[in-house]
Amino acid sequence: MADTAVPLAKVERAGFVPGVAYALLAVAVLLAIARPWLPEVLVRVPDWMILPYEGWFQWFFDFLKDDLGLIHVTRAISAVLEWFLDATANLLYGKSRWPNIGPIPWTAIAAVAAVIGYGLGGWRLALLAGGTSVWVSLIGQWDLAMQTLSVIAVAAPAAFMIGLSLGILAWKSSRFEAIMRPTLAVLQTLPFFTYLLPAVIFFKVGPTAGCVATIVYAIPPMVLMTTLGLKKVPPEVVEAGLMSGSTRWQMLRHVYLPAARTEILVGVNQVIMLSLAMVVLTAFIGMPGLGAKLLALMNSLKLGRSFEIGVTIVLIAITLDRLSKAWIVKQPQHFMRGTPWWRRNQLLLVGIGLFIGLIIVAQFVQVADQLTRGQDLSMGSEIDDIIRGALANPTVDAATSWLRQVMITYILIPFRNAVLWLPSLSIILCLAAAGYAVGGRRSALLAGGFFAIVALTGWWDRAMITVYAVFSAVIIAMLIGLPLGILAARNKKWSEPILLVCDTAQTFPSFIYLIPAIMLFGVNDLSVIFAIVIFATVPLMRYTIEGIRNVPAELIEAAEMSGASRSQKLWKVQIPLALPTMAIGFNQAIMFAFFMVIIAAFIGTQDLGQELQKTLAGNQLGKNLVLGMCVALMALSFDHIIMRWSETRRKALGVA
Amino acid sequence: MTTLRTFTAAALLASSATFAFAEDSTDPITIPIHNWSSQIVMSHVVGKILEAQGNSVEFVTTDSQAVYESVRLGDVTMELEVWEGAFGASFRAAMEQGGIEDVATHNAVTREDWWYPMWTKEACPGLPDWNALNACAALFATPETGTKGRFLGGPVDWLKHDAEKVEALGLNFQVVNAGSAAAIWAELAAAEKTKTPIVVFNWTPNFAEAVWPGEFVNFPEWVEGCDTDPAVGPIPDKTYDCGNPANGYLKIAAWDGMKDKWPAAYATLQQVNFTNAQIAEMAKFVDIDEMEAEDAAQAWLDANEAVWKPWIE
Repeated sequence: MADTAVPLAKVERAGFVPGVAYALLAVAVLLAIARPWLPEVLVRVPDWMILPYEGWFQWFFDFLKDDLGLIHVTRAISAVLEWFLDATANLLYGKSRWPNIGPIPWTAIAAVAAVIGYGLGGWRLALLAGGTSVWVSLIGQWDLAMQTLSVIAVAAPAAFMIGLSLGILAWKSSRFEAIMRPTLAVLQTLPFFTYLLPAVIFFKVGPTAGCVATIVYAIPPMVLMTTLGLKKVPPEVVEAGLMSGSTRWQMLRHVYLPAARTEILVGVNQVIMLSLAMVVLTAFIGMPGLGAKLLALMNSLKLGRSFEIGVTIVLIAITLDRLSKAWIVKQPQHFMRGTPWWRRNQLLLVGIGLFIGLIIVAQFVQVADQLTRGQDLSMGSEIDDIIRGALANPTVDAATSWLRQVMITYILIPFRNAVLWLPSLSIILCLAAAGYAVGGRRSALLAGGFFAIVALTGWWDRAMITVYAVFSAVIIAMLIGLPLGILAARNKKWSEPILLVCDTAQTFPSFIYLIPAIMLFGVNDLSVIFAIVIFATVPLMRYTIEGIRNVPAELIEAAEMSGASRSQKLWKVQIPLALPTMAIGFNQAIMFAFFMVIIAAFIGTQDLGQELQKTLAGNQLGKNLVLGMCVALMALSFDHIIMRWSETRRKALGVA
Repeated sequence: MTTLRTFTAAALLASSATFAFAEDSTDPITIPIHNWSSQIVMSHVVGKILEAQGNSVEFVTTDSQAVYESVRLGDVTMELEVWEGAFGASFRAAMEQGGIEDVATHNAVTREDWWYPMWTKEACPGLPDWNALNACAALFATPETGTKGRFLGGPVDWLKHDAEKVEALGLNFQVVNAGSAAAIWAELAAAEKTKTPIVVFNWTPNFAEAVWPGEFVNFPEWVEGCDTDPAVGPIPDKTYDCGNPANGYLKIAAWDGMKDKWPAAYATLQQVNFTNAQIAEMAKFVDIDEMEAEDAAQAWLDANEAVWKPWIE
């Protein structure tokens, strides 16, 4: 309590002059006001200052690829990967490759999924895992789902191994960690199109490229969680290990890694979820499976059928998420000495038994082997008609076109024009001012500098359209998410289910969110914004609820004792104390929005995402990288400011 | 060493000699699929024909421009629809680098350009002349484009140079790219209900001609070099001051290793040839009758045995 007694005292920093932030802001505002009279040089970076970065990167890539022969190395790697992918593809959906024994009957896989579910979390998870399998098969999407899973089966273990090794290295060597951290930060903010093009060029179009992109995308959280877990191992455990005379390898294998088990498994959960999200997106570069089908159906605006695919993807996501989370919680089981072998491995035996049994059954019963077209229960075209009917309904149609007209004409377009009208320098100075206010000179340089680099690449206007979409969406998301979050947090009955919904929604692959947007608004800016809004509202709500619920009970009691009314308690105690946590939600919303706005290029945008999508059509690696870096730098600039603010604020408030 | 080398050389010779006459390799033939219906159905049609000959065939979804690089490297085996207007440039560039060859040309004649349905002409009678279109630009305005007219273009990865054309000819239009071909049809269907004037990107052969009668806008005629040399075309200092070719080719391209690896399949591919009507029919099966591409391919094969049977004999 002593800390919180002076919660709002300014934290003094060396060399921090409070006036500087205001001065920077004042200059920014002045420049904006003086815009009509400013010479062109001050409004946009003049052409002669824009250096041919794209050409340089292109030259560098070509040099790496052809002169140094990197392409032979990567093609050798993709040959190995392809061998694994072919093997899983043969087993899961019968692609004609070694070992030529697949496909495994769907009933056998469903049974094993149910047994794994039972082993990890009892009957409920058995029902979820088995039920999902049955649904996928009955709806006639088994082959598609297996095509997707055959890639995850290779990508997730690979990402796990690489992430774990890098995590251990980062934990051993602080110098390596110093390099690793910023690299990971950039990797996590790079738009996914930037992963795709190099993957295609270096690793061959199709599943191999998709697999590589997926692995790279899924590695960062694994590295971070491994390092975090290893650092948290209590010294007593380490000493116990040392006293028993462990070698270095034994220490790692039997002391550190088991002690960091929880964090590592959280990493595994993230790897699996990110892999699934990415595998769906790699449909853009020719990955077969659920993503490709979804892309094709959305391309032909068959919304009912894409809805069905969406349900399948969501079910698979929830199943994988729940299974891996149950694995985190489940502690290793230890048996009494002398327990017979079959008892210890009971579940394994049941699983194997069912697996073999069903394979034999499938030889005689065709339906147990696979459902062919016509046997499935897909209602896709019926749902298509229902959706089409509902949208053609005059009331719905009038409402959506009214919303479209009003939002676009009076809000979105004016906002976009305003952002485009502002001088670049104004925006850069604004960010620098915000940076200075939260973190002094270094933050000011980072936040402003990142945007200055974007200006220097010559892609400023496109970048501002991206920023405009991100902010319009995040502001709308806040208008929806914050009140809902606050309401939910104040009522226990509501907060639990809403948190559950948020957690579940966060596991959905982002591609899913495009479906309702296109359904309602067709092809325009509003549906882009709408897709981002649904995606970004989730973290805003989630962190608001968590922030308010985690306000220490003593403080609330103190407020109650001083006779605060319900609304005073909310505005004077809960919200101020929850703000740092809410800021994290805000930050995540912005990061999600930056991610989504690029995907929304699929709907049709005019921002960096559109240019990025164009690079996929050619082989312009240099341009692709420059554009990707622009997105990453802008995202990192906001990330830095918000996280820095949240951290200082937490310290000042004395809340953990 | 020398004996060994001669031996391997001889073995290689022998193997390549047998190759030329031997059966097709058992490796799968990879056929790329893109994002418009006729190409998807045609790929499945040809895939099924090759499978009937005993080849194994696999499909991979790729970008329609980047595919030429993949064909060149042998990552995919063939490309069945090389449209002159859309992919001529990528195809020529790949031909110059080597690894890809021009196998055959369909009978179909292609054209891709700005296009309007007939009801538009009632509102803007001067059409199809492009100057008349420009004069009625305000008729095509939407909330997104303000006072300018909207031209609904194809997906960005088709790399149409519409924005350059607007700039070069001083058109009072703004290019809005639809994310997919289907989005164009959806907008056309919506415009039909209220007979709203609309100008979109369209092409022939396509099913749309049968559903919505319409015309292409007549831009200044395409002249070779109009896209690269400012001096060519009516506006002396601009590139893209012209329409797309009005009688474009539709070719079949293949990896140049195909004829050695799958000689029989290659011989069939040389015979493959579709007409405008056949291609429009394939697109119709998917876009109007809502069949799955594979079923559409089967339906087409069943109905047109007389067309394709001679190719494999």
